[in-house]
Amino acid sequence: MSRVNEQIAIDHGLKKDEYKKICDLLKRTPNITELGVFSAMWNEHCSYKSSRKHLKKLHTKGDQVIQGPGENAGVVDIEDDDAIVFKIESHNHPSFIEPYQGAATGVGGIMRDVFTMGARPIANLNSIHFGSIDHEKTRNLLRGVVKGIGGYGNCIGVPTIAGQTCFDDSYNGNILVNAMTLGLVNKNKIFYSKAAGINKPVIYVGSKTGRDGIHGASMASAIFDDKIEEKKPTVQVGDPFTEKLLLEACLELMAGKSIISIQDMGAAGLTSSSIEMASKGDLGIEIDLTKVPCREENMTPYEIMLSESQERMLIVLEAGKEDEAKKIFDKWNLDFAVIGKTTNSKNIELFFENKKVAEIPIDFLAENAPMYDRKWTKAKLPKENKFSKNDFKSLKLSECLNKLLTDPNIADKEWIWDQYDHTVMGDTIQKPGGNAGVVRVHGTNKAVAAAVDSSATYCHAHPLTGGKQVVCESWRNMISVGAKPIAITNCLNFGNPEKEKNMGEFVECVEGITEASKYLNYPVVSGNVSFYNETKDKGIKPTPSIGGIGLLSDYKKMVTMELKNDGNYLLVIGKTEGHLDQSIFAKNILSNHDGPPPEINLFNEKQNGLSILNLKNKNLIDTCHDVSLGGILTAVSKMSIKGNKGVKLFPIEGLVNKFEYFFGEDQGRYIIEIKPENLENVEKILKEDSIHFDKLGIIESNQITYGNELKISIDDIKEGYKKWLKEYMVN
Amino acid sequence: MKSSVIIFPGSNCDRDMDVALKKFGFKNQMVWHHDSEIPKSDLIVLPGGFSYGDYLRCGSIASKSRIIKSVIDFANSGGLVLGICNGFQILTETGLLPGILQQNKYLNFICKNVFVKIKNKENKYFKNIKKEVLELHIAHNEGNFFCSNDELKSIEDNRQIAVTYCDDKGNDSEHNNPNGAIKNIAGIFNKDKNILGMMPHPERMIDPFLSGEDGSLFFENLIGSM
Repeated sequence: MSRVNEQIAIDHGLKKDEYKKICDLLKRTPNITELGVFSAMWNEHCSYKSSRKHLKKLHTKGDQVIQGPGENAGVVDIEDDDAIVFKIESHNHPSFIEPYQGAATGVGGIMRDVFTMGARPIANLNSIHFGSIDHEKTRNLLRGVVKGIGGYGNCIGVPTIAGQTCFDDSYNGNILVNAMTLGLVNKNKIFYSKAAGINKPVIYVGSKTGRDGIHGASMASAIFDDKIEEKKPTVQVGDPFTEKLLLEACLELMAGKSIISIQDMGAAGLTSSSIEMASKGDLGIEIDLTKVPCREENMTPYEIMLSESQERMLIVLEAGKEDEAKKIFDKWNLDFAVIGKTTNSKNIELFFENKKVAEIPIDFLAENAPMYDRKWTKAKLPKENKFSKNDFKSLKLSECLNKLLTDPNIADKEWIWDQYDHTVMGDTIQKPGGNAGVVRVHGTNKAVAAAVDSSATYCHAHPLTGGKQVVCESWRNMISVGAKPIAITNCLNFGNPEKEKNMGEFVECVEGITEASKYLNYPVVSGNVSFYNETKDKGIKPTPSIGGIGLLSDYKKMVTMELKNDGNYLLVIGKTEGHLDQSIFAKNILSNHDGPPPEINLFNEKQNGLSILNLKNKNLIDTCHDVSLGGILTAVSKMSIKGNKGVKLFPIEGLVNKFEYFFGEDQGRYIIEIKPENLENVEKILKEDSIHFDKLGIIESNQITYGNELKISIDDIKEGYKKWLKEYMVN
Repeated sequence: MKSSVIIFPGSNCDRDMDVALKKFGFKNQMVWHHDSEIPKSDLIVLPGGFSYGDYLRCGSIASKSRIIKSVIDFANSGGLVLGICNGFQILTETGLLPGILQQNKYLNFICKNVFVKIKNKENKYFKNIKKEVLELHIAHNEGNFFCSNDELKSIEDNRQIAVTYCDDKGNDSEHNNPNGAIKNIAGIFNKDKNILGMMPHPERMIDPFLSGEDGSLFFENLIGSM
């Protein structure tokens, strides 16, 4: 066994002073296994050492919250004893190195987080960000990631119901792969990771342990350089078939009463799962590593503790229930081994071939883990652009619209979601490509809506506003399908926290998220932080991804976004000021990347959303779509394309420039379709509620027209919108 | 009418099929792959999914599982056996149906609605369905049906083609072929027409709130014609 010194500690990703702290705590030099355990527990990915201080500020409470952050996933009440377990997690670093396996195991990991709590997964979602479409790696990374997500989720048989795909230069060297899962559980049968009682058997179930993924968590906390390809062996390899068996076996065991606590082996494998269970229960744990089922020969204690082999779980069982439990895992052909027991020592003690190979007080690893109050700088609100008439002089509405509909960040993503099984389980009532995915709660009248959002452009321009905006956009997605917004999970993807600017982006985005989620009563119940998304000194734009869920108490009242009937009116809810700064129009058409993001007015946001739900409950809305990237005209076009219906747009009232009106990205807006006979009633209700609205147009023919200035057929815009990604992927 | 759905490790459409069969009046039971006998049934269904992870080749390991001997005996005695998606793959691997299912032509998993044309109604599966074209749903990576020319001739001569991919008007040209299957074949029978294997999932189309309702026509006819 090699002797540990400072250099070896640094090679493990620890800082000099952190290594010194370890030696001081232990009052001796750790051996290599102990050092491995410390490095796994103290890295950013597991310890949240740079983020913990700020995450405490998140708004995490609400009547609907059964379990907030700190468990494997968050849990919210959806009435009648039903609860939804959900979480989003990043798998960015591995996906850049090995896109298929990186993305696949990301999906596998998040599903385990959900079913380890006793829930059957009912929906998957994802948010994926890639570099510029011209970057040499983008196509292959996109292809690999999509195949990986599909390969895993399709095999397990959980529908992938929604997602988001973005392209931006800042991800050229660091793509983002965030995977989210929702599970359904009876709220009286939720399982937690907190161990209880001493001398209880500690059980290992699932796949065998191999050498894959050793130091995966440390890699996720490191910056990439030219030698990144050498890290390939640290990427885990997924086996969705085994996960499916593990899912069924765990749920079968959970139907009984033998489990005290259960935890999946995710990042930092056996190390973090065993320590977390013991730490939460204020216990010690003893593990005989000789008993761990291994796939490869001559694995050392160090390797067994740090392996990130997938599809494994750790269970603390009631004593005497081993045989009963083993029978279930035998039925599903999975390994089952009693590898240790809980103790009252409050230490983790590891044995191998009858020798004690490590002993560390659990406090040192969990509570004494470093916590940093990193320096950060506050971002200034950029100065507004002053566009002049000349900027728009040569522009035509139809050309602008065509350009935006074929912009990589707006164009249709069917090529992606056609590769995901989105209908298995027979309850998907809104497929990908809408405002949110919606699945029924099996055998009931209820349905759950879910969506993932991010707005790196806004967050980059002004993190505080951007943080608020993403939460609001998620909220709007729920409202748009007629669901009551319930709660969110966040995946906070940022650059190097040791740089003040990046840390500032993180702090202010979190502040924005907190402010909006508090105001909207849309609490954060789970999430994860991914720092060090940086290659050769170039970091990503700040990218918090927000996964939101909402509840429909009657799924038959779900709202969709495709236009329905000729003669119906379209209204825009919310005020249009024509904010072009940071819009996709400014970037794509005016080549302008400056200025502040659109302002968030939380009061209006809430009023507008609630009034739409009110109209929906009165059956007055036929269609709804929130206005986001590309503004009103882009939104109308998407609604037209989906419904194969044209729209005659009415003349804009007031002084706003038509480009600003049609492409501005002011927040808090929706477009709704109203039957003529309901129009008067709807207008009356909106006026009573003091909600600003504009009459936008009327549904007719098969073209979108605006006086003499725009006449474009649905077939024409559909062609470009639908084809862009397919053609890009073939080239 | 009694039906049995076989669950292999890795099956993932077993519950959906159970829901559909019960909705249309079957008394359905689930049968574990490791059992050796199937309870008395009028219909056996091999559901979709990834039996045994689809390792080696889709359906190949399942075709050697313990329960499969009973399925073969049941089929050979004239019993109705329906294989959907992975179930179709298993049926070709057992030899109960001719041909093979290889990877989709464009090498991607495909999940979407498709139209299929009913090619033969002289059997219990399609007998009283009034429509000629059904809108169903596919979700597979290996649905590209292939067989030798001799086999194809025999399949055609014996009127074993059940459904072919087409457009909403029933035009089954190559243009409407999602996965490259020979002759746009989406499903076939054995010679006696008591065994049907098809890639599309009727069980996902049994409700106006899902992707469509034509699956209901399939199950309504099936229970009605038995």
